Amino acid sequence: MTTSAIHDLETPAQGILLCRHHFPLLRQWVNGKPLVYFDNAATSQKPQMVIDTMMRYYEEENSNIHRGVHYLSEQATQAYEGVRKKVARFLNAGHEREIVFVRGTTEAINLVAASYGRTSVGAGDEVLISTMEHHSNIVPWQILCEEKGARLRIIPINDRGEILLDEYEKLLTPRTKMVGIVHVSNVLGTVNPVKRMVEMAHARGIPVLVDGAQAVPHMPVDLRDLDADFYAFSAHKMFGPTGVGVLDGKTHYLEAMPPYQSGGDMIKSVTFERTVYNDLPHKFEAGTPNIGGGIGLGAAIDYINQVGLSAISAYEHELLQRATEAASEVPGLRIIGTAHDKASVLSFVMEGIHPHDIGTILDSEGIAIRTGHHCAQPLMIRFNVPATARASFAFYNTQEEVDALVRGIKKVREVLA
Amino acid sequence: MSQLRELYQQVILDHNRSPRNYRPMTDATRKVEGYNPLCGDHFTVYVRLDGKVITDVSFQGAGCAISKASASVMSSTVKGKTTDEAESLFRTFHALVTKGPEDADIETLGKLAAFAGVNEFPARVKCAILPWHALRAALEEKGSSVTTE
Repeated sequence: MTTSAIHDLETPAQGILLCRHHFPLLRQWVNGKPLVYFDNAATSQKPQMVIDTMMRYYEEENSNIHRGVHYLSEQATQAYEGVRKKVARFLNAGHEREIVFVRGTTEAINLVAASYGRTSVGAGDEVLISTMEHHSNIVPWQILCEEKGARLRIIPINDRGEILLDEYEKLLTPRTKMVGIVHVSNVLGTVNPVKRMVEMAHARGIPVLVDGAQAVPHMPVDLRDLDADFYAFSAHKMFGPTGVGVLDGKTHYLEAMPPYQSGGDMIKSVTFERTVYNDLPHKFEAGTPNIGGGIGLGAAIDYINQVGLSAISAYEHELLQRATEAASEVPGLRIIGTAHDKASVLSFVMEGIHPHDIGTILDSEGIAIRTGHHCAQPLMIRFNVPATARASFAFYNTQEEVDALVRGIKKVREVLA
Repeated sequence: MSQLRELYQQVILDHNRSPRNYRPMTDATRKVEGYNPLCGDHFTVYVRLDGKVITDVSFQGAGCAISKASASVMSSTVKGKTTDEAESLFRTFHALVTKGPEDADIETLGKLAAFAGVNEFPARVKCAILPWHALRAALEEKGSSVTTE
């Protein structure tokens, strides 16, 4: 069947389940058990459609893009630039020239910190981020602040893992030059009120960067509605390949920003005396890009559109709810991240049992979860835990798999009792 | 399941539940912090030396069952040994957890042999070895902290 046919089915759950077989990797067995893949926040699996599209590119279209006058180069350029349009439509971005292809969310944030940050943040200024940021939205700002003599300030959160908006308001001052905030926390699953936070920052003329890595695969995102000045995400977390991602930036910021990297493709003309930079977005895309990866991202967007993000979001919410209810009943288990508005992540700790042991024992049941600090060490300190165990869901997961997870968690207690 | 039982042997479960020598040492000759940034395991290992003899070993900190039990069994095993004997035990233990029981002289290991199953779990080798790295750094006076990275 085609994926579009799922819209004819009665409930999202029924339809969504029919999509699972599009993911060849999920058919395998691990340690004698059917694989249960709950490490989706780290990276998602890829549907056949993405794999086939990338293979076809390498088999039939592979060529370097831009400036080529031969047939293949034109084909590849069209395919690659077509993805830019696709991304812009998918996220309702302001304009396709605002879509900059990068390696991933991390590079997108580094680009903004290095280019916008270096030219706009000075001694005594402040950059504001939240307690629940991934290291990728901490370290680039920390480096910038050290270099400039600026100060990194932190928006506190409550014990449920929600931003304290009153405190945020107080931290927005004339010294604040940039706000960096995660849309959906990779550890807590908290969906932050980014639209509101952008409004509050804009009321003071402060630009906002939103890390959307965990949001884009799980919920409809409308960039014009959010109105963030920069929005970053990675293809590999949204059923596309690794090594490609997007920075969406507002034109007036991107125009004013100096290049991030330099070399081929980002120029209009070069002499030994002077270089004229290329137009947006190419000014920020030096060197031959990840063409095959970009085309894979395009296929991933087509795939997500066919399944439908509203259905995905509703179905994943059911999975999360079932997992949360069952986990809450396990004695000695504490869920880390109990925000009112949550998406697809269940982090937990168990009394007297280290998350690493949980991970190893679940793996023996064929269940893949992630254990550790999830690149958010300051958040671990905030919750006073050395690490957490994290199950993160995607729409191809099933209620039965959630039940297997809960059985696995009970087994952890048996083994280590 | 049997592989899992091999990993979490009774000796390991026992030392995880009731770790031996789990205390600070005020008169330690040296103390070294061992840290695994990947999983957050964090131990401080204390040693008291009389010449080349390890007269006391203790540790404190938090970590998984494997690392905690390893620290505990290590502390009971090397107490009273010379620094050279401890180094020799480390080498045998290292061979056991990285290569397996066939490549290690298990006879000499005593309770440390309980960690034989770790060899089947490559991601957990660092857990078992972390306390030993801290101990060796303490014996060799190599700084005040070590990491597994």
